[in-house]
Amino acid sequence: MSWLKSFGLFWWDFIVGDDWIVAAAVVAGLALTALLTHLAGVNAWWLLPVLAIGLIPISIWRLRRDR
Amino acid sequence: MVSVALFVAVFLACIVEAVEALTILLAAGTTRGWRSALIGGAAAAITLTVIVVVLGPAISAIPISYLRLFVGGLLLVFGVGWLRKAIMRASGLKALHDEDKIYVEKLAAARAASAEKRPLVGDWYAFTLSFKGVLLEGLEVVFIVLTFGTNQHDVPLAALAAGCAVLLIAGLGIAVRSPLARVPENTMKFVVGVMLTGFGIFWGAEGAGVVWPGSDGALLVLIPAVLAVSLLYVKLLAPRADLVADVAVEEYE
Repeated sequence: MSWLKSFGLFWWDFIVGDDWIVAAAVVAGLALTALLTHLAGVNAWWLLPVLAIGLIPISIWRLRRDR
Repeated sequence: MVSVALFVAVFLACIVEAVEALTILLAAGTTRGWRSALIGGAAAAITLTVIVVVLGPAISAIPISYLRLFVGGLLLVFGVGWLRKAIMRASGLKALHDEDKIYVEKLAAARAASAEKRPLVGDWYAFTLSFKGVLLEGLEVVFIVLTFGTNQHDVPLAALAAGCAVLLIAGLGIAVRSPLARVPENTMKFVVGVMLTGFGIFWGAEGAGVVWPGSDGALLVLIPAVLAVSLLYVKLLAPRADLVADVAVEEYE
């Protein structure tokens, strides 16, 4: 069990890193883009650039706050 | 254009990780003996090759739209992470990555560790130190090679870029036998962060069904735009660096 836990923690750390908000926001952004494109017929190419650019200062602020 | 960008992104990412792996390998080799350190490094390289051989065909089998959605998301998470750290370092909010300092710390830790003999390996500490160092630094490169390569249907080009980077750093490492502190790692990490973020946005959106204005040409706007905004963040954050200098934690990742 401890091996499994270590294995899971390694991949969590490797992919998600030190700020889970970034990974969660990226997943939400991709889902929203897909919904807008396929269901609403909006070619939402602008959504991910805005999200990425907005995420950086939020993540920096969170990391500094946690220290 | 995309092929050149692919080569540059993989090459730079691989240089950065190879420099870090070399520092760990040198620390293990010089303090504990080269045999066990080199066996550890070679074992990690073989493990990374197996991961590429196993995961490569599996990733290639995923339909392209799902692949771009998955890969775009992954690259975007990695890219924002790299870029965030690079911006913090460039603006003074985080200590610069210093290979010389890391090398000294690794040397001290390796000297202090007790010796433990194991069959075939010899010095277990030197083996595990170099194995873990090379494997962990190489894993992100393997992901970048596989994701960039499969998305552009050009894994050989991505592998060639990675191979050139490893050969270059290995050659320099053998020549100078000291950490490559003069490699502009912090700048390179900034560039890699920009490229991973740019490609992540592009492929992620395409995978979600978006049609980019200008098709592949959108990357010519997207990557410089990410760079410009990142430089702006550095400029905006730099004046605040003095305020937090006393709490800046020296992290070396």
